[in-house]
Amino acid sequence: MAAVVVDNLSHAFGQGEMRRAVLQNISFIIEPGEVVLLTGPSGCGKTTLLTLIGALRTVQQGEVSVLGESLHGAGRRRRQQVRRRIGMIFQGHNLLRCLTAEQNVQMGADLLPDLSYRARRDEARQWLRAVGLEDHMAKVPHDLSGGQKQRVAIARALAANPRLLLADEPTAALDSRTGREVVELLRRLAREQSCAVLMVTHDPRIVDVADRLLQMEDGRLKNAV
Amino acid sequence: MNRFWRGRRIPLSWLLLTRQPVRLLVALAGISFAGILMFMQLGFRDGLFDASVTAHRLFDADVVLISPRSASSVSMEAFPRRRLVQTLADPDVDGVTPVHWGLMLWRNPETRRNRSILALGFNPDDPFFVDPSLAEKTDALKQKGRILFDQLSRPEFGPIADWYRDGRVVETEIAGNRVRVAGLVSLGTSFGADGNLLTSTETFLDLMPQKPPGAIEVGLVRLKPGADPEQVVSRLRQRLPKDVSVLTKQGFIDFEQNYWKSSTSIGFIFTLGAAMGFVVGCVIVYQVLYTDVSDHLPEYATLMAMGYRLSHLLGVVVREGFYLAAMGYVPAYMAGQGLYWFVRDATKLPVGMDLSRALTVLVMILVMCMLSSFLAMRRLIDADPAEIF
Repeated sequence: MAAVVVDNLSHAFGQGEMRRAVLQNISFIIEPGEVVLLTGPSGCGKTTLLTLIGALRTVQQGEVSVLGESLHGAGRRRRQQVRRRIGMIFQGHNLLRCLTAEQNVQMGADLLPDLSYRARRDEARQWLRAVGLEDHMAKVPHDLSGGQKQRVAIARALAANPRLLLADEPTAALDSRTGREVVELLRRLAREQSCAVLMVTHDPRIVDVADRLLQMEDGRLKNAV
Repeated sequence: MNRFWRGRRIPLSWLLLTRQPVRLLVALAGISFAGILMFMQLGFRDGLFDASVTAHRLFDADVVLISPRSASSVSMEAFPRRRLVQTLADPDVDGVTPVHWGLMLWRNPETRRNRSILALGFNPDDPFFVDPSLAEKTDALKQKGRILFDQLSRPEFGPIADWYRDGRVVETEIAGNRVRVAGLVSLGTSFGADGNLLTSTETFLDLMPQKPPGAIEVGLVRLKPGADPEQVVSRLRQRLPKDVSVLTKQGFIDFEQNYWKSSTSIGFIFTLGAAMGFVVGCVIVYQVLYTDVSDHLPEYATLMAMGYRLSHLLGVVVREGFYLAAMGYVPAYMAGQGLYWFVRDATKLPVGMDLSRALTVLVMILVMCMLSSFLAMRRLIDADPAEIF
């Protein structure tokens, strides 16, 4: 079963004359464990596509199915259920400022059903070790560097044990060396979990980590490689 | 137990509050202030109503006769004394005490200014007070022109109690007649009376010669042990003409309190004051929670994007409101205790913390915080997880 199937997807914002098509007839498949990069100029609809796959928006036309769940016509509750199985990494780290690194990661692990508090906490600690932050567990985001924050965000996304990881320009706020490290870490950990990754990026220096490259322009896929 | 640990989560609401200590302190100060305001207003209200009947409570009576035209302790009307004598025909009645009751002008012996004082006149041979230490003192009234002065009266009546305790002969004038203080009692002030004095029927009528001797304002009726006051009251009501009202002692107390509660704006004013405290508290808590939710909106949206349910996040806000209520109540309660003590000391009003008021304010604060958190939630419902990419 494919991680993501997008079939003839179109999406538009606005009503009537203000209606503006953002995505047009997009189709692609992401296999389990595959790392796919999505690039393209600003405003070409990358983020909209990501939010549709991430079950954050209602699908208007065409079909999106994520981890075997069809999202066409899925209601609020159903999309929330699907989101539990998807890890998300944002452009800003979006960590909870009032929580320590460990607690932030545990917010991800807390989504796992049927685990005791202790087991979930151990899970969180293990992920922080995996991203190399075992010495910074008790720090709040304010006291962490940009790269460390993004690594906490990766640990949080993976702690919920997702089968699909969506990342929106995870390197945007980082310098090139740190960005490279973070992306490589992300790919390695996703591989180990056989978790598929769809990453939106502008950054040309990280394209080589991908198994496959999708290029978008004006709401269409340029090459269906 | 297992299930409990399984359900355990990171205490997000608690951390959201405590990791911003300044905002938390402001919120708690606001809630405590609202709570103190409510404690004060309700305390004054109850204290004033309570004070209006401190003397009433002391009377040795099971059943009380008053005139149906009487409206309150400051406007007692007279009724024929023989109605009180008629009650003796009832088999359950043990004895009666006729009481004269009226306001007199007391001259402050120091400043020579006149001020209205509540005077009670009764026969010193009749039982009048339940408390034996008070009853003992009434013997001194057997001499003409003697009075007992309430030492809890306001200081405007003069330093009577101090002078008396110093062993001086304290004399002053009431309506042109000389009276001498023969002892001190503790009754307490109320709305109507800034001070009280007790005297004998004889002296009372000398001081107020215009009062007809065959008429009294209050009749105290004592029942035999084991008699049911309610039954006696209903029997007496049937037997006696309509020119007299028959009340139980509690009914007499209620009669006085009801006057101040319903016929004056005092109850309304203080209840309104408490309501203002409630509204002020609501605004403060709402403001704090609303800013808190707004500040953390991207974080809440992130949690929603991660797959947390909206209801879970609403629960976080509700719990924040609950913690604020619990933490704000404690200082409000303690400050309330302190202020009651201060008010008792300064005004001699019987203001104290009682369980029902402590619970009332607790419930008000809880409702206040819950209401505010529900209002603040509307902001959270606007959080669109799609907007955070």
